[in-house]
Amino acid sequence: MYTFSNRLKIASFILMAVGAIGIAIGFMSAPSNVAEAKAIVAAHADGHGDTHATEAQEDTHATDAHQADAHGEDHSAAHDEHVLHQLQNKPWAALYVAAFFFFMIALGVLAFYAIQRAAQAGWSPLLFRVMEGITAYLVPGGIIVFLILVASVAHMNHLFVWMDPEVVAHDKLIQGKVGYLNGPFFLARAAFFLSGWIAYRWYSRKLSLAQDAAEDNTNFVKNFRLSAAFLVFYLVTESMMSWDWIMSIDPHWFSTLFGWYIFASMFVSGITVIALVTIYLKSKGLLEQVNDSHIHDLAKFMFGISVFWTYLWFSQFMLIWYSNIPEEVTYYVTRIQDYNLPFFGMLALNFIFPLLLLMNSDFKRVNWFVVMTGIVILAGHYLDIFNAIMPSAVGDQWFIGIPEIGSVLFFAGLFIYTVFNALTKAPITPKRNPFIEESKHFHY
Amino acid sequence: MANKVIQALYNDDDVLLLAVKKVKAAKHHIEEVYCPFPVHGLDKAMGLAPTRLAITAFMYGLVGLAVSITMMNYIMIEDWPQDIGGKPSFSYLENMPAFVPIMFELTVFFAAHLMVITFYMRSRLWPFKQAENPDVRTTDDLFLMEIEIHDNEADLYALLAETGPVEIKVSQK
Repeated sequence: MYTFSNRLKIASFILMAVGAIGIAIGFMSAPSNVAEAKAIVAAHADGHGDTHATEAQEDTHATDAHQADAHGEDHSAAHDEHVLHQLQNKPWAALYVAAFFFFMIALGVLAFYAIQRAAQAGWSPLLFRVMEGITAYLVPGGIIVFLILVASVAHMNHLFVWMDPEVVAHDKLIQGKVGYLNGPFFLARAAFFLSGWIAYRWYSRKLSLAQDAAEDNTNFVKNFRLSAAFLVFYLVTESMMSWDWIMSIDPHWFSTLFGWYIFASMFVSGITVIALVTIYLKSKGLLEQVNDSHIHDLAKFMFGISVFWTYLWFSQFMLIWYSNIPEEVTYYVTRIQDYNLPFFGMLALNFIFPLLLLMNSDFKRVNWFVVMTGIVILAGHYLDIFNAIMPSAVGDQWFIGIPEIGSVLFFAGLFIYTVFNALTKAPITPKRNPFIEESKHFHY
Repeated sequence: MANKVIQALYNDDDVLLLAVKKVKAAKHHIEEVYCPFPVHGLDKAMGLAPTRLAITAFMYGLVGLAVSITMMNYIMIEDWPQDIGGKPSFSYLENMPAFVPIMFELTVFFAAHLMVITFYMRSRLWPFKQAENPDVRTTDDLFLMEIEIHDNEADLYALLAETGPVEIKVSQK
């Protein structure tokens, strides 16, 4: 049995407390009227007087203004209003990105776990309790994401522009999507997805624990069937979830492989966290039967899914870049102009680092190497979600500052607390899984 | 070349693997093992150095990447500048997304083909080469371990007889 060490518990509480302060600062410093918003933008520009950032910002302001002129509107007041909304969105977006990122880790692990179950994998049963521990975060994480979505529907923030009836009234494209993109249906779908995932997690965990005390393999077989069915449910709902929760933030733009793309991101983050938690537990003298070959296999998945993520990212990017259709390419134009560093930096973190660091077979067995690469991958996929949500929510007013870091710290603390608390609830090694012997002797 | 060798034939890969470990434990040098299919862990049991083929593959991949970049730059940018995707920038970097599939394919192409050729050369295999196989049955269902004899024929014979072979023979090479 694993006992939650006091040091880790205190660390998780400190992370949550510091994070909560950061989130609070973010909300309090958000402007409440146009004058305050202007002051913030001006202060920001002064602070970085000579940097390229300001030049780039001014460039885009100039183009924005130009476009507004072309439309023949009273651009300056409209623009100020727009910036105010973006700045008011900022703490919400920071909260949402971090909340979704940690929720997505748990969901990715759940998919990995279901695949191991459905494939009747022989190498991984030793890691099942670790995975079950991580998926325990689905409940608090899912509830928080759901509450943020409820707050959006209740017009407490403007993350989803299609929720604003004013906007829809003047937008033919969104009007055509109202049958799907409307508040009640949106929340009903979210509730349906979340309850399905949480129900599978709860039932599979129950069967997994029952198998420990069982005389035969009926629980195991049930779990196998349940997991195979769940994977079908998951593939459909995960895809729709990514349209709803991320793609609809930019309701004019759509990509047909977006669901896969977000899936790759959550899958690689989830596998990385499994490796990190496993290595941590091993360093505490637990899971002594988990050997370098298990770590090697997880690292192979980290490497492989990182390349898979890049493949999907590039497939989406290249087609849109090549065809250059205005309504599609704006998605990448804003990202390359306003988010140049996080956009291309993410590519280095998510592709080039794992590719070079984990290419060598021997390095995949070196635990500290896997930990280092894992941290890079997690940072990279946080940026991935950041790039997916921020440009449509806050435009060029982004910054990784106190609200963003605070949100990450808060959810990291909550994640650590939930996961390690769940790990104490059951023996860390499954006893009567029919493949447990194979897993113990797994050797690559 | 009047080398005398002793050859033990086995009919099971697990028996072979145990025999190899036994012979290595007795500090004899195993000249070669002939198998009808790859035996997992045999290279480690025989004490063979890990293959450097992976390193050559990486280097070949880099060569392929360099070739593709040079090639596409010459063809599409320098020699006959192309307007790619309605974006006439005529710069390699700005048009790179269009070239990535080619860069990827040539990297794989060079790594794969040159690695196979390297493997053949390293294994001394080329067209019309006569097989070095000492016993044709190793292409069917038998495993053969070959040890060079240095005035210790009786010792080796006794050692190999204990390891459960189906046949032991001594031959000139």
